[in-house]
Amino acid sequence: MIAYIMCFILFLVGLYGVITRRNLVKIAVSMSIMEISTFLFFALVGYIDGGVAPIVDPADPVKTYVDPLPQALVLTAIVIGLATTSMLMAIIIRLYRKYGTFDIREIKNLKG
Amino acid sequence: MKGMTLIVKKTTQLIAGMIFMYGIYVIVHGHLTPGGGFAGGVIIAGSLILVTLAYGGEFLKLVKEEAGTTIIESMATIMIIMIATAGFLFGTKIFFNNFLPKGVVGQLVSAGVLPLYNIFVGTEVAASIFIIFLSLIIFKEESPQ
Amino acid sequence: MNPLIPLFVVIPLAGAFLIMIIGRFVKEFNKYFASLILFSLALISFYFLFITRENLFVYKVGGWEPINNIPIGIYMVMDGFTAIVVCIINLIGFLSAFYSISYIKRYTSENYFYALFCLMIAGMNGVVISGDIFNIFVFLEISVISSYALVAFGVEKNELEASFKYQVLGGLASFLILFGIGFLYWKTKTLNIADIKGAFSNGYDKTYYLFVQILLLSGFGLKAAIIPFHAWLPDAHSSAPSPISAMLSGVLIKAVGIYVIIRLFFNMFFISEGMSVLITTLGTLSMVIGVFLAIGQWDIKRLLAYHSISQMGYVVMSVGIGMMLISKGVRNEVAALAIAGGIFHLINHAAFKGLLFLNAGAIEYSTGTRDLREMGGLAKAMPVTSATSFTASMSISGIPPFNGFFSKLIIIIAAVMAHFYLLAALAAIVSIITLASFLKFQRYAFYNEDPNKKKNSIKEVPFPMLFSMIILSIICLLLSMLAFPGIREAILMPAIDILMDPSKYSSQIIGM
Repeated sequence: MIAYIMCFILFLVGLYGVITRRNLVKIAVSMSIMEISTFLFFALVGYIDGGVAPIVDPADPVKTYVDPLPQALVLTAIVIGLATTSMLMAIIIRLYRKYGTFDIREIKNLKG
Repeated sequence: MKGMTLIVKKTTQLIAGMIFMYGIYVIVHGHLTPGGGFAGGVIIAGSLILVTLAYGGEFLKLVKEEAGTTIIESMATIMIIMIATAGFLFGTKIFFNNFLPKGVVGQLVSAGVLPLYNIFVGTEVAASIFIIFLSLIIFKEESPQ
Repeated sequence: MNPLIPLFVVIPLAGAFLIMIIGRFVKEFNKYFASLILFSLALISFYFLFITRENLFVYKVGGWEPINNIPIGIYMVMDGFTAIVVCIINLIGFLSAFYSISYIKRYTSENYFYALFCLMIAGMNGVVISGDIFNIFVFLEISVISSYALVAFGVEKNELEASFKYQVLGGLASFLILFGIGFLYWKTKTLNIADIKGAFSNGYDKTYYLFVQILLLSGFGLKAAIIPFHAWLPDAHSSAPSPISAMLSGVLIKAVGIYVIIRLFFNMFFISEGMSVLITTLGTLSMVIGVFLAIGQWDIKRLLAYHSISQMGYVVMSVGIGMMLISKGVRNEVAALAIAGGIFHLINHAAFKGLLFLNAGAIEYSTGTRDLREMGGLAKAMPVTSATSFTASMSISGIPPFNGFFSKLIIIIAAVMAHFYLLAALAAIVSIITLASFLKFQRYAFYNEDPNKKKNSIKEVPFPMLFSMIILSIICLLLSMLAFPGIREAILMPAIDILMDPSKYSSQIIGM
């Protein structure tokens, strides 16, 4: 149970970072922390006590396997996370070139 | 982008090929062992990134490389869709249908179309991660100092 | 099993990558090809709209049949509600792509634009036809990642800033949704929407259930920009290129936001009174606050973006009223009326908001400004744009005989019949304020004196842009027909039936 609570705390750490940090790159890092916490949660959901990696062994068919589906889901989610993170980084590089700063307080053309 | 020192270049020469081969191994054994298209593709992209970082490259060369990689990436995706459509056309009218014979569990050539998917997913992932790396470098190179 | 269902994802996906390859070597290929595939998709979606009716088609990806009635593969489901939303997506998508042929000339890298456009369509179609909750997440990410890139397509200061905001909030929403899916899978060990409903029918932990509902509501609410989660919408929708704004405002927030909320809360979760009160409150708040934020705007696209929030509020509110009545189990015909009003307004909003953003794009194309104070007297210089935008403005403000009048009328009648007199009054007042705000838009843009006296240089926009605007304004008029009996039964009723009967969706899918 403690592991589940830890990964929820990790999520909140990431959320805190997104809300309070002023630096664009630090916001991106906080986003990654949130992302990792969800992956961790999925891995925990699929865990079964005493299970092994779900590869069928013809010699010993009655082993206990961990649930393979959450692992597949995490892989998919990691690919998506890769895309979002790289997209965010590309935008940050462009923003830095236009504004000359990473400080989010200086980047406020849009309001109202 | 400038290359790195001689030591880095020499070490890269030694290990980049091995990393590449290991990536291919992971991809083709995707239906038998942990790993598969995505993991192997990332390993291959790692070796390509290693070479690019160690040896550097002219700005125009990088742009050219990016164009080529984009085409490879798009080709791989289209191949995946074509295999899926082949499953649709042979018989059951179902996309992603496994229309090849399944073979014996545990052998390298088995599991029907899965190894084919793994190979193209691997190509796709390797190409797209390499593109991300190249585009970020190109951004950096073209920025005014 | 209907083999045509996955074409909604396969065709645009293949098209996107073909554009990336062939567009490099053949000039002019990208624009016509994108329009062509979207036109074919629109035809297929109309075909489904006419054959679906009361039926429900299920497609099992990879041919994985269920074992002991437990679905193990990914399901794609086509029912009445899906058919309507798919129709909206592909029709507006086609018109926007056709409009882009002229509009996008001012940007470089057209290939990327059309490829991302097709990817976005593929993602939205995937979200709508998917019957599997994780699959919904994957397709949702495909469409929103492409839209992040498309919002930043101009790579100027404003575009980049808007895209950054959109990405941070969109990413947060994605993680909330992913957490919700994880919690659902933890308890039910299944991802199929119909099967999750069955797994919960043997009793569940109330607190846990509520927690999952709140996670998913806030996640998809962020994507749909319901009021407490709306901060990204005006920036993102006003900074994107105009055809993309039309797609984002007209389709994307519905397909990945409102549609999924309605689908999950009607067909996956058991309808509870608490949730329905919450949804109605959020809808009412968006409706009222959105219009007050809109009325002070001088930037055309920002004004339209705030109106999107307000009009989506109508949809959410009336669907929420329907939920509330269903949860009480009384007066089902009023609930059906409320849901009908919501879905009807959703369809109408796609048409007139898409048209309004295309008009804004046309004005920007000709005059080079988006500020209402700097334009004027355009009615003479741009007669077609002026006429179509008048149609759209009257539609959104609810003036008969345009379509917006009928859907708002149904919503207000449903609210009165359900004894929510305050909500009915608010809906009427918001409609009047909307009218005021659009009269301001009409007057300053088209009928005032031009403050800069540059009339001679302004010309009407090229043919592809005119074509899309005229077709959409005709659609705006034709959609009024949906209110009449006969047509209403054929098109709206299948969607309402599937939402009204709580167990119909899951029992039909599990049985296949």
